[in-house]
This record gives sequence, C-alpha cells and structure tokens, in this order.
Amino acid sequence: MNSNSAGSVVERRKVVLERLRRLGEEIYEQLDKGIFPSIEMPSRSIENIYYDTKLRQYVLGDKRVRRSVRNIRHLRSFTQLIWAALFSYELTSQRKTSTLRDVYYSAQAYEMSFKDQQESNNIITDLETVLGFSREDFNIFPEERSAVFGDLTIRYTVPGYEGKTLNLTSHPDGVMIGPALTSAEFVETSADKVIAIEKGGLFTRFIEENVHKRFNAILVLTAGQAPRATRHFIRRLNRELKLPVYIFTDGDPWGMHIAMVIISGSANAAHLRDLTTPDAKWSGVWATDIVNYKLPTDPLDEIDIKRLYELQRDPRYQNDPLWQREINTFLKIRRKAEQEAFSRYGLTYIVDEYLPAKLEQTK
Amino acid sequence: MSEATFEEISASDFFYRNRDIAGFSNPSRAIFAAIRELVENSLDAAESIMVPPDIYVRLSFEKNVSKETQIYRLRVEDNGTGIPPRHIPLAFGQVLYGSKYKLKQQRGTFGLGGKMAILYGQITAHEPATIISSTGSTHIFMFKIMIDIQRNRPIIMDRKVLLNKSGWRGTIVEFALEGDYFRAMPKIIEYFKQTAIVNPYANLTFVDPRGRLYRFTRATTVMPEPPKETLPHPYGVDVELLQRLIQITPHENMLDFLRNHFHRVGRKTAEKFLEFSGIDASKNPKKLSHEEVVRLAQKLKEFKEFIPPDASCLSPLGEELLRTGILKELKPEFVAVHQRKPATYSGHPFIVEAAIAYGGEIPAKGQFLLYRFANRIPLLYDEASDVATKVINSMNWRRYKVTPDMPIAIVVHICSTKVPYKTVGKEFIADRPEVRREIANALREVARQLQRFLSKKEHVNREKKRMGVFSRYLPKIAQFSTKLAGKEKPPDIEKLLRSVSRLELE
Ligand SMILES: Nc1ncnc2c1ncn2[C@@H]1O[C@H](COP(=O)(O)OP(=O)(O)OP(=O)(O)O)[C@@H](O)[C@H]1O
Ligand SMILES: [Mg+2]
Repeated sequence: MNSNSAGSVVERRKVVLERLRRLGEEIYEQLDKGIFPSIEMPSRSIENIYYDTKLRQYVLGDKRVRRSVRNIRHLRSFTQLIWAALFSYELTSQRKTSTLRDVYYSAQAYEMSFKDQQESNNIITDLETVLGFSREDFNIFPEERSAVFGDLTIRYTVPGYEGKTLNLTSHPDGVMIGPALTSAEFVETSADKVIAIEKGGLFTRFIEENVHKRFNAILVLTAGQAPRATRHFIRRLNRELKLPVYIFTDGDPWGMHIAMVIISGSANAAHLRDLTTPDAKWSGVWATDIVNYKLPTDPLDEIDIKRLYELQRDPRYQNDPLWQREINTFLKIRRKAEQEAFSRYGLTYIVDEYLPAKLEQTK
Repeated sequence: MSEATFEEISASDFFYRNRDIAGFSNPSRAIFAAIRELVENSLDAAESIMVPPDIYVRLSFEKNVSKETQIYRLRVEDNGTGIPPRHIPLAFGQVLYGSKYKLKQQRGTFGLGGKMAILYGQITAHEPATIISSTGSTHIFMFKIMIDIQRNRPIIMDRKVLLNKSGWRGTIVEFALEGDYFRAMPKIIEYFKQTAIVNPYANLTFVDPRGRLYRFTRATTVMPEPPKETLPHPYGVDVELLQRLIQITPHENMLDFLRNHFHRVGRKTAEKFLEFSGIDASKNPKKLSHEEVVRLAQKLKEFKEFIPPDASCLSPLGEELLRTGILKELKPEFVAVHQRKPATYSGHPFIVEAAIAYGGEIPAKGQFLLYRFANRIPLLYDEASDVATKVINSMNWRRYKVTPDMPIAIVVHICSTKVPYKTVGKEFIADRPEVRREIANALREVARQLQRFLSKKEHVNREKKRMGVFSRYLPKIAQFSTKLAGKEKPPDIEKLLRSVSRLELE
C-alpha cells in the first residue's frame, strides 16, 4: 500500500479492484449461507483517533465497529455501502471518474436515493475506511482542483490517453491536478525540489519569474487547503521522485495549518494513508519573517487568536520546535501578513531575495 | 294594606310559563325537543311490546314568520302499541298524564314530553294537533285536539273513526310549530345518529324540510330484555310516596303493607325492620299519624339489612347490542364494550355500560368524542356538566397509552328506573358518587382493552415496517454483491427473509 514505485498507479488500481471484489464476495457468501452479512471496520469516532508520532499523522485506534444487516438500523447504510462499492468498482474498472456529487445522483438510478449529499459523502468515507484506500483510488474526486507546473514528464493511464506523455511545463497556467494527472505515472524530471504555494496569484508570479528554472523546482498550487488528490500527488513527488517539498503560505494560523495538513494530514483522514508528506517543510511566511522582513501587516482578530491556541495544543504541532516558536511569535506580535505583502519591496523581491533565503533556511 | 291574591295555576299553565326547563327555550331548541319527545314516545311504544321500532319523521315547511323563524309541520309515525281511543285525548292533552309512572326503565317518566311539544305548537302556530292511532283492532281513531292551558284539559276539536282494514297498529302524531330548523339541523341529525347507535334494532327515517332523506337502518332485530315492573325499594322511598301507598293499600297491618308494597322485602326482613324501628307489626298503616309516616320514611333509610334492589326492572342494551350500534354508526376500527354489574344510588338500581371506539371513521379532534346516553336516549346538551365528562377528565389516560389526539369515541350509557338527571330537560346526569364510581370502573375496563389493542397494533405495525425494510433492502444487497463478486446467480435470501418474519412471531 505504501510502496509507490514507478508503475504504482496501475498496480494500485488492481489492488483496489481486488479488494472491492472480495468485499462483494464476502457478502455474497454470507447471504448464500443464510447468515446476516456484516462488515467490520475501524471506528472513526473521536475517541478512536490518535496521533501517531512515528507516522507523524493521525491514525485510527483498535476500536472497531460492526455493521450488521441483522440490525434494522444498519440495513439502509449497509445497502448504500455495498452499492457504493459496486459503483466504485464499475468506475475503476471502466476507468471512469466521478465526483461526490455524481455519487449522490447516481444512487437514484438504483432506487438507493441518499437523503442528502452529507449522507452519500459519509458512505464514501465508510467505504474508504473498509478498504483502507482513499476515494481517489476508486475514482471519486472532489470538486476542488489545484494545479502543477514544472519540468516533469508524466504518462497517462486514463483511457484514450494511455501511454501518451506530457511535460508539465506545456501550459503556462499550469496543469490541473485532476483524475487524469492523479492516475498518471511519472516518467522523468530535471527538478530537484517541489515548491507548494497557497495562492494562485503567487503561483502565476513564480511561473512568470521562471522560478521553476531558476530554482529547479516543480511548482504546486494548493489553492487554499490542499485537496486530497493534491496531497497524495505531493507525497508521490516526494516519495517516488525523492524531491524535497517546501511550502509557502500566508503568514497567519490558517496558512500555517495548510502546510501542516500537507505534512501530517487531518483527523478526518485518520483512516487513510499515503496522503501525508512528513518530510515537507513549511518555509514561510513565518511570524518571525513578519518581524525580520518588516512586512506590512494586519492585526490578528479574535478567531485567529482562538485558532492559534487550538494549534498550540494540537499534537501535530509538538514535533518540531519551529511550530511552537512561530505560534508564540504570532501571539506576541498579534499581527499577520499575506504573501503579497512582499510587493512592498518590489514585485520580484519575493523571488529574488526571500525565496532563496527561505529555501536555504529550511533545507 | 291590600289583600293578597292567591291564584292556583294548573300543571299545564305551570309548564307553559316555565317551558325553558322542559327544553323549549327558543325556536331552534324547541324544534329539536319536539322531535325528540315524539320519537322517544314512539320508541317506548314499540319496545314495550318487543317490536323492533319503525319510526318515520317528517318535518315540512309551512310558512315564514320572521327572518329566522318559520312554521313547520311535524309528523311522527310509529309501529308501537297504539293508544286506546279513550286515553288519546288525555295522553296528548293533559300534562302529567301518562302510563309510565310505574317503576321500570323507560324513556318517558314525567308524563310531560309529548304534551309540551303539542303545547308549544299550539301557542306558536295556533292549530290543533292530529293524533291517529290504532292498537291493531278493527278501527283507527283520529283526534284533533287542543289543550286548555288554564284547566289542563284536552279540547277535542274533531274525532273520526276509520275501519282498520290492513290491521295497522301504531300511532301518528302531527302538528304545526314554530321553529328554526336550519339552526337546529346539526343537533337533529346528530340526535338521529346517536339514537341509531343506542337502538341498533330500530329503523329511523327522517325527511327534512329540504326534502332530504336520512335513513338509519337497523343492524339487528335482537332487542334487549324488556324491563320488569318493580315495586319501590325502601331506600328510595320518601314521605310523599309513602302517603300515596298508604292511600291505595288494601293491607291492614304494617307487616303485610311492607311485604306487599316494597321491592325485596319478605316476611323476615319486614319483621326485623319493624323491630328495628319500634313500629307495631299489627298497626293499620292507614292509622299512622303524619309524624309516624315521617319517622317511617327516615327509618326505612337507616335500616341496614334491606336486600339491595335487583336489576330486573332495568333494560340495559347489553354489550353485544352496544357493539352493534357503535360499529354500525361510528364505523370504528376497534371497539371495546363493558357492562357493569347493577348498582344502586339512594335505593334506585342502575347499570352503567361503556364503550370506547378507536380509529376507522372516527375523526381525531384533539379531544375524545363523548356520546352520552341515558335509558337509550342520547344526551346532546350540557356535555361539560355531565358526570361522564368529569370522570373522563379526571382519568389518567396516559396510563393506558391513550392521548386526546387519537381518534377515539367514548360511549357512556346509564340506565335506571330513575336516571339522576339534573333537569326536566333530561340533558345531563348529576354527579352522584355511586354513579361516578361505576362510570369510572367501566371506562377503566374498556380503556384497558383499548390499550391492549393499541399495543398489539403497534407491535404488528412495527413488525410490518421491519419486514418491509428487510424485504426492501436485502434483495438489493443481494443484487449488488452478486454483481460485485462477479457471480451469475443471486444468493438465496429467502431463508434470511423467513428468519426475519419468524422473529416477528416471538
Ligand atoms: N307514540 C305513542 N304510542 C303509544 N303511546 C303513546 C305514544 N305517545 C305517547 N303515548 C302515551 O302518552 C303518555 C304521555 O306521553 P308523554 O310524552 O306526554 O309523557 P311520558 O312519555 O309518559 O313522559 P315524559 O314526560 O318523560 O315524556 C305516555 O305515557 C304514553 O302512555
Ligand atoms: Mg314522552
């Protein structure tokens, strides 16, 4: 599951399909024997979510829940789960993709209507938990899309494009990290690092300023909180291509946490692996940068401060003294700054001065 | 100082002046009361000879009097005993003249009802009433009468004798009266419907002024056991009644007097009582002084050893007939009926019957529907003052898992030789502790039965729903898993479905 060498995408698909088929088989056999089928899976309740300091991500504990058809209250969600498994199987085997919204609507064709989007999302999360794979692995993607730009050649595995290759510098706006890119194999790259950027404006500036060439980097736009497919993609860049990852966000608690989720994942995804990049670095904008670079700032407001206190206690923020130092600095200066704040020193200052300094500092 | 003038007024004059208390208070009440009194006389007349009643009532429009009131003509026909011709004028022309003063359960008691209707007609429409009747003999008699209000005597305006070729037996009463049918209409229709509930062996037909026909058809020809006439029970006797008995008695000593004029008093009891009261057994009752009569009445009430009255003088509907009537008119999903054992209040025997009906065509009104009956008469007014209402309000219905928003009708029927009415208008039952206790016990019993029914129904519903959920989802699970596993034929889920329905029987 976690060894992702070249050709991993095709391998992974095979495993997912096999797991889905086996799930169907288990239920089929129980039914045929006249037993009420049941499925066991790790519990996702908060009491069962732990922070694993070794994996540096949230994981689920030993508590398990059993969904049994004998229990009338489980019957509907059990049926929905099997339907979702079948739907995912068909998607994956036919190499089609769909969104969570599609799932919600598709159920209606099987007279399996979901009450609302939330109910259908929950069932997909159940399926993830049962299989130990994330929904992107069985071709269900969220709506949000982020982008990538840089000298990386990929080979598509999606039908119609199978075998075709593409260099990710081909389009000056970057290439969307959608299902086709997510399922593509990596062929080659000249880059020696990955720079993830929170905001679209800065991503575009970096491309214009040839950051990819000057710093030998693959640029990834997270577009705010990085979608799971993007987190998985960054992990693959890190694992398969052995590229170090640097993350640039706004200088506030929210930006800091965008970096953290890329590095250590979220509690919501405690049932999943392969979404984190524990070695990635948060390179800025730090609270101390605000001070050192004398950046124009805004005052922290109440929710910012509340959030900082939350993060201060969060286990993910205990690993590296950097985090506590920056949280404390934020709390001390009570100011925040956006990435654009560097424009005060001229449009290229961030690329010419700040970026190289920070890359060096967080190496 | 002027001399006081004393004026004797006749019974009819008295009731004419006080027609409110008899229920003839306004044009809408009056038309309802008139119909009701005549229908009740007809029901009594048929029942007294154990004939399933066939009653036809027609109300037709005559003319307008004012915006609200009109003159109507009321005609009521029955297949009852008929009235011997010599009694007809007095039965319909003299207030407090009746055949029902004896002690047995009947609808009529005061010797007043029919006359009040005719009297009201006479003073509002100024026309004589027509009575046609035959006892099934060779002749039919027709009288046109008016009432001399001051003298409380009938005035015969016309009299005809017809040959009774078809052997008809029954009575027809017809007269004009002022009224407001459209205001009275809901109560009148309700009256017929409820009369049909409590007389399920009767055919009732009503043609209203618009020409609409309402028919309530009998669901059975079985009639309740007729009541037996009975002597007054010592506990229910007052000075007035004692004096009347002393006047008519042929017996010349107290022992025989007591043995022969009182209910359930034999030689032994009479002797014990005389000893208890210190009255000489050989004393001639006609020789008792007024003080002695008063003392006798008091002692009769004090003596503990009289055997309680039996109920043979009562004619309750019975659980089966009550159920029949309720099923026929209310069309519920479920009905529980219960008849209490006879009880007494102040020497008067009475029996309470109660029923609770649920669902079907009974509407959910946010409160229980209450149907009150006394001696097989529906009571339609003053529900809030009735003892049954008080009992219902004080009962803890939650104990029976029953709430007022359920579609529930409660039926309470009390029969007695002397129904404890609060008024002459026979509208509601007074709150007597003995009566209250019997109603409460009867209602508790039917409420328990309803509770049992409801919990069974809930169980069945739950299981049906359960079964529905399983038979909805199990096939889908089978279908999806078959496809997912890449199998050809779906698994056999019949066994599982059967085991679900087996759970249900446990
Ligand atoms: N339809 C009828 N068929 C036979 N007899 C009748 C009929 N209507 C009235 N009678 C006789 O006339 C008598 C007087 O009737 P009326 O209604 O005035 O008084 P009641 O029924 O005795 O008492 P109540 O005042 O309670 O109605 C009755 O007792 C009965 O004997
Ligand atoms: Mg009468």
